Amino acid sequence: MSKAAKSNALHLAILALLFALFFVLPAYHVGAFSRIMVLAIYAMGFNLLFGYTGLLSLGHAMFFAAGMYGFGLGISQAGFSVAPAFLTGIIAASVLALVVGYLALRTAGVAFMIVTLMFAQTVYLVILYFGEYTRGDEGFVIQSAQRVFFGIDLTTETARYFTAFVLFAICFLWAAKLIQMPFGKRLVAIRENEERARMLGYHTDSYKLRALVVSGAFSGIAGASYALLFGYVGASFSTVQYSIFPLLWVLLGGAGTTIGPLIGVIFMFYLIDISSSYTTAYMLIAGVVLVLLTLFAPQGLAGTLRKRVFPWLP
Amino acid sequence: MPNEIKKTSKINRRSALLGLGTSAGVLATAGILPGSLGFAQAQSSAPIKIGFQKHATGIGAAYGRWYGATTDAAVKRINDNGGINGRPVEVVVEDDGTDPGRGAEVLEKFANQHNCDVAFGTLFSHVVIGSAPRAGELKLPYFVVSEGHHVASGGLNRYTLQPGITDVKSQVISMAPFVADNLGKKVTMIFPDFAFGHDHRDFFSAAIEAQGGEVVAKIAIPPTETTFTRYFPSIPRETEVIYHVMVGPAVLTFVKELGEFFGPNRPELFGFIDSLEAVDIRSSGLEFLEGSYFWEGMPRHVQADQADYEKAYRAAVGVNERGASVDDEADVSTYAHMFGCWETLNIIKAGMESADYQGPQDRTKLIEAVEAMTDMPASEDHPQGDKVFNGKTHQTFGKQYISKVTDGRLVVEHTASIEDGRYEDEVDYTTQSF
Repeated sequence: MSKAAKSNALHLAILALLFALFFVLPAYHVGAFSRIMVLAIYAMGFNLLFGYTGLLSLGHAMFFAAGMYGFGLGISQAGFSVAPAFLTGIIAASVLALVVGYLALRTAGVAFMIVTLMFAQTVYLVILYFGEYTRGDEGFVIQSAQRVFFGIDLTTETARYFTAFVLFAICFLWAAKLIQMPFGKRLVAIRENEERARMLGYHTDSYKLRALVVSGAFSGIAGASYALLFGYVGASFSTVQYSIFPLLWVLLGGAGTTIGPLIGVIFMFYLIDISSSYTTAYMLIAGVVLVLLTLFAPQGLAGTLRKRVFPWLP
Repeated sequence: MPNEIKKTSKINRRSALLGLGTSAGVLATAGILPGSLGFAQAQSSAPIKIGFQKHATGIGAAYGRWYGATTDAAVKRINDNGGINGRPVEVVVEDDGTDPGRGAEVLEKFANQHNCDVAFGTLFSHVVIGSAPRAGELKLPYFVVSEGHHVASGGLNRYTLQPGITDVKSQVISMAPFVADNLGKKVTMIFPDFAFGHDHRDFFSAAIEAQGGEVVAKIAIPPTETTFTRYFPSIPRETEVIYHVMVGPAVLTFVKELGEFFGPNRPELFGFIDSLEAVDIRSSGLEFLEGSYFWEGMPRHVQADQADYEKAYRAAVGVNERGASVDDEADVSTYAHMFGCWETLNIIKAGMESADYQGPQDRTKLIEAVEAMTDMPASEDHPQGDKVFNGKTHQTFGKQYISKVTDGRLVVEHTASIEDGRYEDEVDYTTQSF
């Protein structure tokens, strides 16, 4: 079996597994996996920029929030139904990524991290400033009646799970396809040696900007999905904490791997979920685990698997 | 062979268990056995499980700790008095990190993993608002102790109730008559530039105008601000009262800088104790507050006319006469808010007993029973004072206290009546289906 065939089989197997989990998992874990799949979309978006392009953003929560508020305000202020509101969320995140990228990509390395962090803080403060519409730090609820898509009530556990599944599947396969395309390979080339890629004739600035826009769009899809499926829009999703989370997920799961973000989100979700039942120092546990993984599996779980067992892992 | 043994044996495993169970039942009925076995007279002796959504970490941790202590004390009292419908109460604690995302996950754990009967205890508004949609979807009664206006505003759902603490709108509008009559009619408001501050700005502005006063300046402080002196020149000279509701770790700096700016010739000061919950009013830098006024949900310091029920409550939650832990004077409680946990748990008990609650299948009966409640007289169940619950808006209304800082003590100067805090209904949750 060729490397590409193995890769395709793996992705389809993961989707089949996620599909089947709905029928075997207890109710709590069905809800947990609905959330995990949404957050994994966010992690995949971050991974496209960090894992494949080598750009470390510390402000990705702004794109998640843009998708969330684009959707939420589309519903609450513009009176949109689910589909146009969802599209508004994606467009808001993409346009924000385009603007931020145009400015922030003039910097590199640590400066890029700081600039993205500052932009995210600006977005957070803008949300608070326009509290009349956004309800500031409190946020607002998307009512159940507003979360109906072509007659399907998305507040039921079944509809929520399979909506999350479909959105995840589209993004998962899209990301996998993207990195196999010449576009994805050029991103990897930029990550490995930007000077060399430029010398080969690639307009690296353009590719980085496109990568950021795609990454922002993924994050926006995740933010809009969260608001749609869990009924809440809030400023806390634009704070630094939610910019750090995708970094942790991707580092734990494996940067530059297609399955790493999903693994990272599952690992981190249950690490916090279980450890918080025993101690209030659960983030310390998460930190220790991250340090240990960095020491003993610096390429993350999927990255280590690729290195030691499955070299074909995409 | 086994059959023969079974026939000849006088005491097998089943009969032994049956005998033990019967004996325990008889003893429990007679009230001889202590602890949980003493609840066995109920149809089911399985505990009533109450999920406590606790701010154990994050910005709400100081509140969470005292909400936890109050919850433990209230549950101990309920269990000592026979539990709910003869069943013991068990509190399942989950930390929400004072985060709305985690808050929603915690409700899922309560409903689907711990099989809790109800969820309760949330304070911070954004956690309540982030969690409430899931409570509605999970059909889990969600009793919040938040004081936010989000319940009564109609933004949530039928499964979310706030019966144990008044909301910010009621608190703010009930202050306006006292401020206008006693402190002055020209008010400058200083508030944090986010939803909590905006609620104060909007509700108080309207309320003081209704009293013939006016807000002469509204000074919004950005949430990231750590120093405040540059805002004070914006306070108009005509100001008679400064109304401040700053919260967060920078509040001590705020008060200190306000004192340095005005010196001894300051306008009257009126604030919400939210700013100084869990902070000793005698702390260094707070001397400037001497002679100023505060709203208190429940008076932190023991008053001269202390009622017996307040005394009993204070002892039960382990708080001394200055509102600090009896074990550590430096550990000041969140006394103005935490009574809400105590009262809410007693309301849950009353609601379950009224509805003859047996299990999750009776959750809607529980909500209807609470919705039917109205008067809640001051008592050991309601030590903060009299209350009237509005079943339509799922919001309680109660007395409010205005205290003056006098020789480092908070002395109640005025008690606002329940009527002072009433406002028109903004929602009727009872019209929503379950």
